[in-house]
Amino acid sequence: MSKARSAPVRAAFIHLALIAYTLVALFPVFLTLVNSFKSRSAIFSQPMALPTPSTFSLIGYQTVLNQGNFIGYFQNSLIVTVVSIALVLLFGAMAAFALSEYRFRGNTLMGLYLALGIMIPIRLGTVAILQGMVAAGLVNTLTSLILVYTAQGLPLAIFILSEFMRTVSDDLKSAGRIDGLSEYAIFFRLVLPLVRPAMATVAVFTMIPIWNDLWFPLILAPGEATKTVTLGAQMFIGQFVTNWNAVLSALSLAILPVMVLYVIFSRQLIRGITSGAVK
Amino acid sequence: MSDTEMADIETVPVKRPTRWHIAVFLAPAFLVYTAVMILPLIETLRLSLFNMVEGQLAFVGFRNFQTLFGDPRLSADFWNALRNNVIFFIIHMLVQNPVGIAIAAMLSLPGLRFAAFYRSAIFVPTLLSFVIVGFIWKLILSPIWGIAPSLMDLVGLKWAFAPWLGKAETALIAVSLISVWQYVGIPMMLIYAALLNIPDEVLEAAECDGITGWSQFWKIKLPLILPSIGIVSVLTFVGNFNAFDLIYTVQGALAGPNGSTDILGTLLYRTFFGFQNQMGDRSMGATIAAVMFLIILAGVALYLFVIQRRMRRYQF
Repeated sequence: MSKARSAPVRAAFIHLALIAYTLVALFPVFLTLVNSFKSRSAIFSQPMALPTPSTFSLIGYQTVLNQGNFIGYFQNSLIVTVVSIALVLLFGAMAAFALSEYRFRGNTLMGLYLALGIMIPIRLGTVAILQGMVAAGLVNTLTSLILVYTAQGLPLAIFILSEFMRTVSDDLKSAGRIDGLSEYAIFFRLVLPLVRPAMATVAVFTMIPIWNDLWFPLILAPGEATKTVTLGAQMFIGQFVTNWNAVLSALSLAILPVMVLYVIFSRQLIRGITSGAVK
Repeated sequence: MSDTEMADIETVPVKRPTRWHIAVFLAPAFLVYTAVMILPLIETLRLSLFNMVEGQLAFVGFRNFQTLFGDPRLSADFWNALRNNVIFFIIHMLVQNPVGIAIAAMLSLPGLRFAAFYRSAIFVPTLLSFVIVGFIWKLILSPIWGIAPSLMDLVGLKWAFAPWLGKAETALIAVSLISVWQYVGIPMMLIYAALLNIPDEVLEAAECDGITGWSQFWKIKLPLILPSIGIVSVLTFVGNFNAFDLIYTVQGALAGPNGSTDILGTLLYRTFFGFQNQMGDRSMGATIAAVMFLIILAGVALYLFVIQRRMRRYQF
């Protein structure tokens, strides 16, 4: 058939197109990482070259680590992200279990109510959120960010987890009930371990927007002690905008944790997005 | 389903009076979600109907909206931001989604080598924060560093280079394309998943009828992935009309040059918090947030009640 003849040519074109786009996607990241290890003059004279012994320099990283409080920012981001994910997973799984396991009046309504937040961004309530946080004395605390991110992550988490919980075998739960397990024990000991893969997916989905968010740290916790990495990098770069070594190093430091996590979790993340698509 | 019912019937009689555990399971999520998300949203909408009258917060009806749409000082900013936001969205729909679909279509071809590598690599920008993306592109497009002009020189296009981010006519397009670059991964992944979900039998039947390659994509696959394209479009819509971070990082809160990249998110930020010589205004901030809410709600409702309903017949 004609298909057989044109197949190699077509495959070559497809690879060409995909390689081209991969370069477009990765080149800016590559450029930043490479140049962060070069001296100032080399950044400008040979921006595309890999660092050589003569152009290698860590001056940018030294500036960042001496001038900025990046370790503190990392700590803040880590605390906010980890605690928010833990709360989203725990609360989300509990609510998803209630919605998928029990029939009670208002079940569908509750499900719809909790799903509203998937489409309506929490950011639109910022004016009143700030007001509320001021009233509660939570401005410039990590707690305020954790609360906001937990609320933000819950709708999608509940939606995904309740889909998965419907697939947990009923026989297992019935057996548990006959053995006299309480509903809490059934949830924590039988159901939770079985939906662990879905929990990992939700964790990755929840993590990215929290780690990368600029809006809420800027508004709720702009103080030096509570800055997150994203906000810290933004402010630091704003101040050092002409110090290219420092800017590139700060960017590289901000990319690093995301890339490490991506390498670890990419299979989980992609499987989550394309879930059900595995033939 | 019937198993669940039976399980309920078996266990329920003992605890029928009130099944407290349901409430316990639902309470934490419900409380946090309601207190931090829903109530502030409602309160913001309510605040948009109030303003300071003689030093006191008073109900003013829709006067804030009148000011926003008609007041010579504010409305110019508002209409400018709305127009820019619409352009921002259109560029995403015209560039981001077709490119995402094209990449997904190529990736999903059976027997393609290195598909996993391409997929992971192309998704990388989506994971980066706006701050990183914004500054990287600012540096690349900067005439001082000269990366962009020297790259364009390689393909003989150096004459076409201009400091796009700094010129009012091109800045919005440049910022939109940066955002497109960052977010291509999302349509790519969702469409890719949809393409993999098309049953083999359908494609085999098409091949038996001699429909392969391009025509197979246009005639068979594209109609089948329309529901996913619908979801991608509504996600793009919500994301775009809620965008802020990238513009703030690249062009600052003033969304320069000369307001040419100002969108609703940056306008909300400036109005609510104030910037430089402008005082922060809570009521007008709430009013802009309310307008954004209505725009997003209208888009989502259009999708749910019109588009999705028509598409359902394509699903398996």
